Amino acid sequence: MESAINVALLLFLAGTAFSILRRTTLFSVVMLSGVFSLVSAALLVHLDAVDVAFTEAAVGAGVSTVLMLSTLSLTARHEAPSTRSRAIPLIVVFLTGLALVYGTLDMPRFGDPDAPIHGHVVPRYITGTATEIGMPNIVTAVLASYRGFDTLGETTVIFTAGIGVLLLLAGTIREPGVAEKLTAMDHHLVLRVVTKLLIGPILLFALYVQFHGDYGPGGGFQAGVIFATAFIIYALVFGLGTASRALPGRAVRVLLALGVLIYGGVGLVSFFFGKNYLDYSVLGPTAAAGQHIGILLVEFGVGMTVAAVMVSTYYAFAGQNPPIGDEEW
Amino acid sequence: MIALIVDAASWGFLVTGSFLVVVGALGLVRMPDFYTRLHPAGITDTLGTDLILTGLMLQAGFTLVTVKLFLIGAFLFFTSPTSTHAIANAALVAGLKPRYATIPPRPEGAGAGKKDAR
Amino acid sequence: MFTATAAALLAAMILALIRLYAGPSLYDRVLAANSFGTKTVLLIGVMGFLTGRPDFLDIALLYALLNFIGTIAVLKFFRYRTLGDALEQKNAPEKREAGR
Repeated sequence: MESAINVALLLFLAGTAFSILRRTTLFSVVMLSGVFSLVSAALLVHLDAVDVAFTEAAVGAGVSTVLMLSTLSLTARHEAPSTRSRAIPLIVVFLTGLALVYGTLDMPRFGDPDAPIHGHVVPRYITGTATEIGMPNIVTAVLASYRGFDTLGETTVIFTAGIGVLLLLAGTIREPGVAEKLTAMDHHLVLRVVTKLLIGPILLFALYVQFHGDYGPGGGFQAGVIFATAFIIYALVFGLGTASRALPGRAVRVLLALGVLIYGGVGLVSFFFGKNYLDYSVLGPTAAAGQHIGILLVEFGVGMTVAAVMVSTYYAFAGQNPPIGDEEW
Repeated sequence: MIALIVDAASWGFLVTGSFLVVVGALGLVRMPDFYTRLHPAGITDTLGTDLILTGLMLQAGFTLVTVKLFLIGAFLFFTSPTSTHAIANAALVAGLKPRYATIPPRPEGAGAGKKDAR
Repeated sequence: MFTATAAALLAAMILALIRLYAGPSLYDRVLAANSFGTKTVLLIGVMGFLTGRPDFLDIALLYALLNFIGTIAVLKFFRYRTLGDALEQKNAPEKREAGR
């Protein structure tokens, strides 16, 4: 039964990937990518990796689709046909796939307790999360404390990606002025009222996911995405100009850097107390309390950076020069 | 005794909700026209969802799980009809015509506030 | 009881998928996708009860939110061909064909 569901989901993934390859209408490709991410999230839920599934659903099935749709309005409607022969890439991909499959023949069985990965540090993480850190969610403990350097690197990567997008699009973004003519989605009374009703609860949900990451699935990455989603839907319904008055581009860029600074700064505070970088045990009266405070601050920094990257990317794409006209679409 | 009543009520809610959801999906497939498909999809999505969620809430008792289910139900209660409205509005504005009826032309000189009597 | 609900939801999802693939116009597909998403939310909730792990409800709430936002974004995209501000009003949308 377990493997049947796995096989079914994987087949669905393969079918979706194949149809992404074959379709040339870019809009359906974007929608299919969203479906791909959603099915991946379902697969991850079935494999009991709930935190990762949460992030995959939030980023892949949600924000990615919206960002890619905003990109679609700047490009053509169909994929440009390839002029080169496809024989050599096909052979290369086939050989690489064969090599990968051959490599997996040596791997231990899925979930084998004697596998090397379950030997060295993992028992320490599992027992240490209960004793040294004292929180139920092992994933957050590993992410923010035991492997804190990795997460610092990831946050910096996200920050760099945001900076890259802003640099690439710097010359072409129109800062939306107040007198900008808005796309008239705000004459939809129903949408306006319902969106206004919902934005508060969405932001509250983002805060819940952020600070509840110690006890359930959640954490900084997911919370940042949900936080950005609230602003994106505000911008979708009320127009980019209004959203930019609520959360200006300058403020978003400050938040972008501030998140990484908080993360790095927490490590520096550990320096001042004479311990290693990112050793949280000095931040509180006891080691476990210090770990709690450190994880909280670090996740807060991560959430801030992720939210700022998503919002600034959306502003950058939606603020582009007017799209190509109807006739060329 | 109370547990039996709660169980029976939850069973009833779940069965009714599932029945509505299946009937709605069946209507979505079988109805002849886009505008007629809006009815089963929109109505049963909201009501069937809320009934199923109420059934689940009765199963869960007074815990945080019930609060979360209630939040999901409240959220879907607001957004599901709104999505249906937005889709119908978008289709009408884009010019999708109903199959079996005609939209009478706007009378000359009528302002935006005049409603078509249909 | 939960198994029966899950089976009913799966049947409904398959029917929604049929409409998704067969829908003659674009708006049929958007409606079917939205409906599929709502049923996914319910299925996640019921599966949480089946497996005894109510952590899944966070994901269900998240996906309910994303379903709504995705539908609004797709509709805005098809109405205005942009997700930002259009400098000029898109005129005469009736002359655009209403499907694919």
